[in-house]
Amino acid sequence: MLSFLTAFIPRAIVQGIPLLYGSTGEIVTQKSGNLNLGIPGVMYVGAISGVIGSFFYERSVGGNVNGFLAIFIPMLCCLIGSLLMGLLFCFLTVTLRANQNVTGLAMTTFGVGFGNFFGGSLIKLSGADVPSIALSATSNCFSKSLPFAASLGGFGKVFLSYGFLAYLAIVIAFVCSYVLNKTRTGLHLRAVGENPNTADAAGIDVIRYKYMATCIGCMIAGLGGLYYVMDYACGVWSNDAFGDRGWLAIALVIFTIWRPNVGVLASFLFGGLYILYLYIPTGMEHMEYQELYKMIPYVVTLVVLVITSMRSKRENQPPQSLGLPYFREER
Amino acid sequence: MNDKKREPLFHIVKRDALSFKTAFAIRAIAIIIALIICGIITMITTGISPIEVYKSIIVGAFGSVRKTWVTLQNISILLIISLALTPAFKMRFWNIGGEGQVLIGGLASAACMICLADKLPNAIVIICMIISSILAGAIWGLIPALFKAKWNTNETLSTLMMNYIATQLVAFYTIVWEVPKGSGKIGIINQDSNIGWLPQIFSSKYLLSIIVAILVTAFMYVYLNYSRHGYEVTVVGESENTAKYVGIKVEKVIVRTMVLSGAVCGLVGLLLVGGINHTITTTIAGGQGFTAVLVSWMAKFNPITMVLSSFLIVFMNRGASEISTNFGLNQSYSDILTGIILFFIIGCEFFIRYTLMKNHNNKTVKEGK
Repeated sequence: MLSFLTAFIPRAIVQGIPLLYGSTGEIVTQKSGNLNLGIPGVMYVGAISGVIGSFFYERSVGGNVNGFLAIFIPMLCCLIGSLLMGLLFCFLTVTLRANQNVTGLAMTTFGVGFGNFFGGSLIKLSGADVPSIALSATSNCFSKSLPFAASLGGFGKVFLSYGFLAYLAIVIAFVCSYVLNKTRTGLHLRAVGENPNTADAAGIDVIRYKYMATCIGCMIAGLGGLYYVMDYACGVWSNDAFGDRGWLAIALVIFTIWRPNVGVLASFLFGGLYILYLYIPTGMEHMEYQELYKMIPYVVTLVVLVITSMRSKRENQPPQSLGLPYFREER
Repeated sequence: MNDKKREPLFHIVKRDALSFKTAFAIRAIAIIIALIICGIITMITTGISPIEVYKSIIVGAFGSVRKTWVTLQNISILLIISLALTPAFKMRFWNIGGEGQVLIGGLASAACMICLADKLPNAIVIICMIISSILAGAIWGLIPALFKAKWNTNETLSTLMMNYIATQLVAFYTIVWEVPKGSGKIGIINQDSNIGWLPQIFSSKYLLSIIVAILVTAFMYVYLNYSRHGYEVTVVGESENTAKYVGIKVEKVIVRTMVLSGAVCGLVGLLLVGGINHTITTTIAGGQGFTAVLVSWMAKFNPITMVLSSFLIVFMNRGASEISTNFGLNQSYSDILTGIILFFIIGCEFFIRYTLMKNHNNKTVKEGK
């Protein structure tokens, strides 16, 4: 049993980290009243930007990579890529007051297409003579875990065997939770999400808060994509491999009732559900049941969604003006 | 410290309702700018001249008789899905579960084709397919609607989750019915007997979906604009409180509209499986459930303009895929172009609803400091 857990938990956590990044980013965004359905696209863009950055870096140095630059360049590219997506969303929804659902869906279409296009065509476009994008040198830097983790047995495997981005995700989640609930900035941000009219009257710059929260949220979510490619997928880009994790991250926001610190455990739980089908024995004749087991995370999300709405406690509600545009002139 | 209080150069004023012509012109300009940018981007990535770019887009969509028919058929399918989602959107119910509703409708008709083929005559199999696919789509729409009506569950996420549940169900049955065993796909169903294949009209296999699309467009136009149901949908969408006040049962309207929405999506599943592909895969809807949301919104929920917006999307899609095949690029290229056009259309709505006025007293403010 213990050996099963030490094998299962690390895999669940590894699956959960991209979800944690995505949901933390989306919580920060939603707290400002912006419902960004473009998160799946942002995560793709974040991932591919990092891949593009490190692809060119690895090519220019030809194999002997500098550990710091190998991490710094993809991260910077990833943050810039996702920041641009965030700015695009804000410009359309906050400045041009467009419908948030539609803008978000368009961003997802664009972002997923952007990721798959450059993932599939980068080699041809840059004229390189490699068969596929395999950034193993960069990936090694990203997934380097503490050197003594392996010698600590089960404890080391469950707690210390991950790359630094995994720990960063947890740190970011707790920092966000602290900022949202314990600081004045967080209070202002929540005020903007609950009732922008009141916030505006109290002298809070609503537009600035919306921009900042959405852009920071997108940057956090983009890191999730980067983690997926560089650490989980060992630096190998394959189209559509990231799949529907972006949508699951949005579902996690509701699952955790807008609390990043709850998100840490919830995302690991979801990561576990995501790979649970590999651990339920089906026998060789009935491989089809695996497909039914893959349904579990979605069914669980749906059930949780319904239950939280049934209980409808006041502190478990979404930000009151979520998804609504704010125009000062239209009060 | 710094002169923050300086007045901005412009201020925003809400316009009165614009005339149809001006609004149309603004949208047209946005689309043209978007197309120019798409051309420039294509030029950079492929190195061909911009005129060639537009030429290959047109060739991709209308280059041959067959291509034209396929384009028209794709427009019809996207149009029907968009029409299906429209009543829900008008009610401010964000049904992004079109994908799942189409899939489950397709699954139901595939089930009829496979399980009833040897037992019933062809005509009855087809009737069973029609009934079961519409019913399946309706149920897939009903479930999130019930949650929404009863407990106000967030419909965006619940319909989204229903998509994945439908996808996994299709994946499950793909393995149950796979031919040959172990191949992981169903292949063409009833290839020899053609049982359950929807009839060809005037011996054209493309015409059926086009005719259905025309019928559904006409139906939706009348339903939304001239029926009591359509009126109730509009009132609920504008203000739920008003609806309650005038005695409309909001819950009932939500459930009824979503059942209709899902049923029409199920019909698309029938067309895709019984009429076009004669097989089912998890990707048979191909993301059109999401694209349809944008098509419907671009047309401002008007069934007639929706024909134009779905034409635009399909046209660009087929054109972009022509470019990407010619230049050995990835098929996702069309998603990027579609995305750019959408961003422009979304952005241009601002200039339809608002206008920028120059601030004249800028100087006085500065001098006053």
